[in-house]
Amino acid sequence: MDTGWLTTALILLPVAGALAVWLLPLRPFAVGSTALLFALAEVALWIDAIARFDFGKPGLQLDQRQSWFSDLHVSYHVGFYGFSIWLVGLTVVVLAAATGYAFWAGRERPRAYYGLMLLLTGAIVGVFVAQDLLLFYVFWEAMLVPLYFLVGVWGGAGRLRATLLFVIYTMAGSLLMLASIIALGLTHGTFDLTVMGTDDSTWIFLGFMAAFAVKAPLFPLHAWLPSAYRESSPEVAAVLSGVVSKAAAYGFLRIAIAKFPGPVADFRTPILVLAACGLIYGSLLAFRAPDLRGVIAYSSLAQMGLITLGLFAVNDLGLNGAVLQMVNHGLISATLFLLAGGIERRAATGELGALGGMAGGRPILATVLMTTGVIALAVPGSTAFAGEFAILAGVFRTGWGYAVVGAVAMVLAAMYMLRLISAVLHQAPGRAVSEAALDLRPAELGVVVPLVAILLVLSAWPAAITERSFGSAPQIPHKGSVVPSSAAAQLQFALKELEQKRKQQGQ
Amino acid sequence: MILGVVTPPIDWFALAAPLALLATGGVCLLAAVLVPKGDRRVVAAFVCAAGFVGAIAAAAALYAQSSAGHGVIADAIQRDRLGAFASVIVAGSGLLAVGVSYRERMADDHVAEYYALLAWAGAGMAFLTTASTLLTLFLGLEWFSISLYILCAIDRELVGSLEAGLKYLIVGGFGSAMLLFGSALVYGATGRLEFHEIAQVVQQQHLSHDALLVAGLALVIGGLGFKASAAPFHMWTPDVYEGAPTPVTAFMSAATKTVALVLTLRVLVTAFPQEARLWTYTLAAIACASLAVGNLAALVQTNVKRMLAYSSISHAGFMLIAIAANSALGARALLFYLIPYSAMSIGSFAVVAARERELNRPVTLDNLAGFGWERPLLGISMVVFMLGFAGLPLTGGFVGKFYVFAAAYDRGWTWLVIVGVAATAVSLYYYLGVIRAMYMRSSEELQLAPVAGGSPARELSLQTAVAGCLAVTVGAFFAVQPLIDAARHAARSLSF
Repeated sequence: MDTGWLTTALILLPVAGALAVWLLPLRPFAVGSTALLFALAEVALWIDAIARFDFGKPGLQLDQRQSWFSDLHVSYHVGFYGFSIWLVGLTVVVLAAATGYAFWAGRERPRAYYGLMLLLTGAIVGVFVAQDLLLFYVFWEAMLVPLYFLVGVWGGAGRLRATLLFVIYTMAGSLLMLASIIALGLTHGTFDLTVMGTDDSTWIFLGFMAAFAVKAPLFPLHAWLPSAYRESSPEVAAVLSGVVSKAAAYGFLRIAIAKFPGPVADFRTPILVLAACGLIYGSLLAFRAPDLRGVIAYSSLAQMGLITLGLFAVNDLGLNGAVLQMVNHGLISATLFLLAGGIERRAATGELGALGGMAGGRPILATVLMTTGVIALAVPGSTAFAGEFAILAGVFRTGWGYAVVGAVAMVLAAMYMLRLISAVLHQAPGRAVSEAALDLRPAELGVVVPLVAILLVLSAWPAAITERSFGSAPQIPHKGSVVPSSAAAQLQFALKELEQKRKQQGQ
Repeated sequence: MILGVVTPPIDWFALAAPLALLATGGVCLLAAVLVPKGDRRVVAAFVCAAGFVGAIAAAAALYAQSSAGHGVIADAIQRDRLGAFASVIVAGSGLLAVGVSYRERMADDHVAEYYALLAWAGAGMAFLTTASTLLTLFLGLEWFSISLYILCAIDRELVGSLEAGLKYLIVGGFGSAMLLFGSALVYGATGRLEFHEIAQVVQQQHLSHDALLVAGLALVIGGLGFKASAAPFHMWTPDVYEGAPTPVTAFMSAATKTVALVLTLRVLVTAFPQEARLWTYTLAAIACASLAVGNLAALVQTNVKRMLAYSSISHAGFMLIAIAANSALGARALLFYLIPYSAMSIGSFAVVAARERELNRPVTLDNLAGFGWERPLLGISMVVFMLGFAGLPLTGGFVGKFYVFAAAYDRGWTWLVIVGVAATAVSLYYYLGVIRAMYMRSSEELQLAPVAGGSPARELSLQTAVAGCLAVTVGAFFAVQPLIDAARHAARSLSF
């Protein structure tokens, strides 16, 4: 049964939605609801896709391939691996929540706004399913354009500077990636990731790493992050930190780690050290940040460091933990940003000093924020704990020092999350909090509760993701034959092989 | 009979496109005399558009029936797919330029002459794309240049138009003189005018390091560099692009660049294959200079036409990279790149023209504020053109840049790829600056009231032209395969 159309439909449905919103003569209210409808239909389509996905089967599934231009062997090739289906799920859910939030909050120039949101959905889904390097790059850049508008037009007072920083940083990285893609594709004679073998070129590897490290962001390339997360509207910040950063982590996994075993072995230590630095540095900044968004933004930096640690541990535990944590953090930070948006609406400020005492008389807000916060600080039993534990256990095998850093960061996470919760909910009512400020409205609940509910389900059953991510891993050809097993095992095998080869060469 | 003049057989079909446009120009001139003043604008524009459509059809038919390239009319011109391909782009640019020109504020008494000159410029260009001797090269170059000199200065009431025409005339004349002198030196060294015979003689007599020939080659490259507005031969570009009537600028930026670059490719590959080591490095250097000058100078421009002029210099740089690669892939890259580039270039100048007519003053980044929200079609088109110039996906500009970089990498010039990538990164600042100006500031920040008040005039022809450019720009991204196939067949006319 050919089910490849499903993947293409997942990309095209939001694009069609964007066109519908732009071209149909709808009234402002109808624009928002149409967009939300498309976003929900996208979630339904994803559920259909996951129902058809066979987690036990190795290799690419739901794939579709069509030549795009043949002389350089570029094709439209899309499909799912186990981990990518989770990331696409994260994308469609968070984007639907963001669209719903925007619909509730009301945005100026709704047609342009919702159209761009839908376009962004299509582009991000494309990033996660593209199996051709050039197609991957196309979606990667297509993701930037709507974001540029969403931050630049609907952002806060400092939006112009924020977008400029954001675009310059990300484009500097992506263009290096383009150079790498050209080099890699022409050297191998194909741009298809599933056909192409591994490569040993350090420079090409670093080009890819530049793009991913900026987008993640990986310390010290995070200068664009605070302003972008602060100046954009809450739902766009939710998408940026929740989903777009995961595209970078996905890039680490799908391209950097899977295609460059040699350079990964060479650069593993510096990458792990940088990730650890980012983890600690981000946590400390989050602890000191004066505003809600600052705390969440810097905690994102920290969490991306943690995920990078897990990925570059390159073993089963680390990789599975990293994928779980990607989904966790995506949901957590999206929820937190949306809640922060709600709080900012009520208090007209995100300054922690001016907030406080919001729990009094607002039980629903208190419950939701508390639940999310507690999951975010990785309390044992939560899904974030499962993810972080797997990552730390994985990276422990690479070096116990990293695990110690990670454990310290978990303590720091507890510190900044509890500080956030107490500064918003408890203490004496702040000067910006009026008695009249309402509890969470049903519409807000409708947006946030599904996200929290998924987190709770994952807390009960984290294995849903950890045991269903690498059953069908990108295969690494070895000595002419394709060895289908878990990604981590293959990679470790390749790495060992490489080290032995080097030793032999050394002798 | 004292002189035994033997007239060569003439393949009229090979000349169909330039002849159609020549005739069109003639009809337009007749219209200037015979048609009553009130109807002149409509009739001339319609005739001119029909002429360009005819030229497109002729060039397309020629493309279809010239799979094996050969010299015609005593080898003075070459009938092949390369020329036909470039002629289609030129005639297409001309057609779009007519759409942009239609509502241009122009004195009624020479509106028909305007269209006549536009058709003749197109005829000269279509002729030039087929040139296969140094003489026809010079003839075609002067033919379209003289038409363009007048077109630049045609609007005597426009401030700077006369200055632009004069500047173009003087600097362009200098460029032509360089080309002519270079041709003379090459002829002096080899005794041949035909491109492929030059190559033969050089090979037979081992002239490839002959000082005369090399100096001639350098001057020819310089002369063509003027027309392609590549640095360091670009000085005229910003002033002329800014001063000339915007539709003329739109036509010039697309069509002149197309013919100049295609001719550069043809001359260098057919006449000077033995000197490839020399000219590939020279072109790479010129490309780097153009990228540097174009991008850095564009960063500080506030006048949008000037900014686009510098951007066109930087795009000359990108396309010269493709020629410098000296390979079939490079030729394909150049020919493909020209399609979206021409569309984006005409389209962006058309949008500038629309704004200019609204405000009745030069368009700057400041007075573009809010434009995107007021005119959705033009705004979105401008966004697409800017993203295309910057090489972002979903536009043909991305595929073009990808091919150019691939050609450079294939040649083994990774450093040139890096230069191109760095230039692209810089260029983002000013391309996004236009988008920022159009969308991210509100019209309240705009200090100018619309001149006449009320909603701007509907400009069906201009909007159609812009929509056409938009369709080509986006279409070139999706329909890469057919376009690249066409470019491959065209590039096969050259021997790599």
